[in-house]
Amino acid sequence: MVIRTEALSKKYGKLTAVNSLNLHVEEGEVFGLLGPNGAGKTTLISMLCTILKPTSGKAWVNGFDIVRESSKVRKSIGIVFQQPSVDDLLTGRENLAMHNLLFGVQKSVRKERIDEVLSLVNLEKRADDLVNTYSGGMRRRLELARGIMHHPKILFLDEPTLGLDPQTREHIWEYIVNLAEKMSTTVMLTTHYMEEAEQLCDRIAIIDYGRIVALDSPQELKNKVAGDVVKIKQKNPDMEKIRNLDYVMKAEEKDGLLYLSIKDASKHLQDLLTHTGAIDFVEVRGGTLNDVFLYYTGREIREAEAEGGFWERVMKR
Amino acid sequence: MSEIMNELEGIYAVWLREVKIYMREKERLGSSVISPILWIFVVGSGIGSFANKIEGYPYQIFVYPGIAAMTVLFASMFYGVYIIWDRKLDFLKEVLVAPVSRASVFAGKMLGGATDAMVQAVFVLILSVFIKAPLTPLIIIEAFFMLFLISIAMVSVGLVIGANLKSPEGFSLVINFVTWPMFFFSGALFPLSTLSSGLKPLIIIDPLFYGVDALHGIILGINYFPIYIDVAVMLFFTVVAMGLGVLSFRRM
Ligand SMILES: Nc1ncnc2c1ncn2[C@@H]1O[C@H](COP(=O)(O)OP(=O)(O)O)[C@@H](O)[C@H]1O
Ligand SMILES: [Mg+2]
Repeated sequence: MVIRTEALSKKYGKLTAVNSLNLHVEEGEVFGLLGPNGAGKTTLISMLCTILKPTSGKAWVNGFDIVRESSKVRKSIGIVFQQPSVDDLLTGRENLAMHNLLFGVQKSVRKERIDEVLSLVNLEKRADDLVNTYSGGMRRRLELARGIMHHPKILFLDEPTLGLDPQTREHIWEYIVNLAEKMSTTVMLTTHYMEEAEQLCDRIAIIDYGRIVALDSPQELKNKVAGDVVKIKQKNPDMEKIRNLDYVMKAEEKDGLLYLSIKDASKHLQDLLTHTGAIDFVEVRGGTLNDVFLYYTGREIREAEAEGGFWERVMKR
Repeated sequence: MSEIMNELEGIYAVWLREVKIYMREKERLGSSVISPILWIFVVGSGIGSFANKIEGYPYQIFVYPGIAAMTVLFASMFYGVYIIWDRKLDFLKEVLVAPVSRASVFAGKMLGGATDAMVQAVFVLILSVFIKAPLTPLIIIEAFFMLFLISIAMVSVGLVIGANLKSPEGFSLVINFVTWPMFFFSGALFPLSTLSSGLKPLIIIDPLFYGVDALHGIILGINYFPIYIDVAVMLFFTVVAMGLGVLSFRRM
């Protein structure tokens, strides 16, 4: 177990940003914290990275207590912050060189490490340009490179693709997967993008108002509450018979169409169609984490986001 | 042993970054060169044209050590504002989460600021040639070390203020309020004898007074206190300011 928290909490005055959280992350996992803005993701990560002191509760990172052994924790981790934090007035390479010094990377391997991570994120050509000439995506890549350069046991990524366009986002995903595999690093990332959590994570904790409301692999999360959605057009369907199939979770008729939620469509679709008899039309789509979020919180993640965004704007003043 | 090495490299990393940025920001470098020229030639000769000789020196020469101290004072104090910008722009976060003690981060920033101020100090020492100040190589070395001591003291004060404030505007307000009185009561611009006795106690509590007094002693041979007292007081003040600086950085 590389990350463990016990009733970890953080309060800002009356507001409880992280509420008595219990978490375990295993070695080598890519673990996601999915939740709307203001859910407490950054606060949680900041505590695990020893930037913030918890109000109560305990946590261990790489076996070290985050409060009493903070400098050992710091040596074990790499961080990519939500806000970009590379130095604009230095070149990419200079940023990395500074990181090498700060994180005590052995002198004999420094140059080699810099070249290694630069090529991992495809920044070799721009390495000697000032960072203030980089695009948003390039800065993010540089930060990823920096975060991984001292070969940390655990890499924290706080909203790694926030504010990037969809194409750049997919590139960054590739880099993250690549890094996690090549370096066999445990990754904990936060995001409020459903696709991101789904693409990258082995397990996801859905968090809302500082609490974990659900935790499992993306597939299991969806299976448990949403399953796959099957839309069927058929004259006079036998609703009773369909509802009684054990893999059918929910069946509704609306506007002459049949909407079913079923477990693992790839396995059961064939069987389902033998029970329905002749149909005019069928469409299958996977359940989404959005369905899962909706199920547990009663809100769409987008609505929650607007709400959290508002609070964040108020709090920033 | 490797722990110490780590801290030293941390200090070096922070210092190196400061120096690189200083070299790259042309305005900073430019103002470093221009302000001493203005002070020595415009103020020195301007006031000098209607002032009498002081202790046997023309005013432009008498005021020279004071201007050297002042150049270092302002460069050092105002350097504290960069810590606010660094925090605002999130450049500092990377350093604050590194496995390096805050004392080392402070030391790196302090040395960075002192380097910045000492570039100006060296420039002022070079300018002495043009006003025919009585400098020998030994005097130059002694003056350099005294200016360096003033610099690390004042950079520390600036960093304490910068680390405890959030806005650059607030910083300039506070720093002006601290720097100008410190400058006026330091005896940099006029001899002590011209001051009314009611103001004398203010001078005694002004740390910069001891710095300027030492420089007067080193360059012109006119002291109020013996130089070892000047140096001792400055050292004490520097240690206190550095201590406060480390504490402020720990809370950041
Ligand atoms: N320094 C702070 N002071 C007061 N409230 C804060 C502070 N930082 C965060 N918060 C509040 O704590 C909650 C969680 O914030 P955060 O951890 O940033 O959420 P997320 O990263 O999931 O968007 C929000 O309601 C936010 O407004
Ligand atoms: Mg956040």
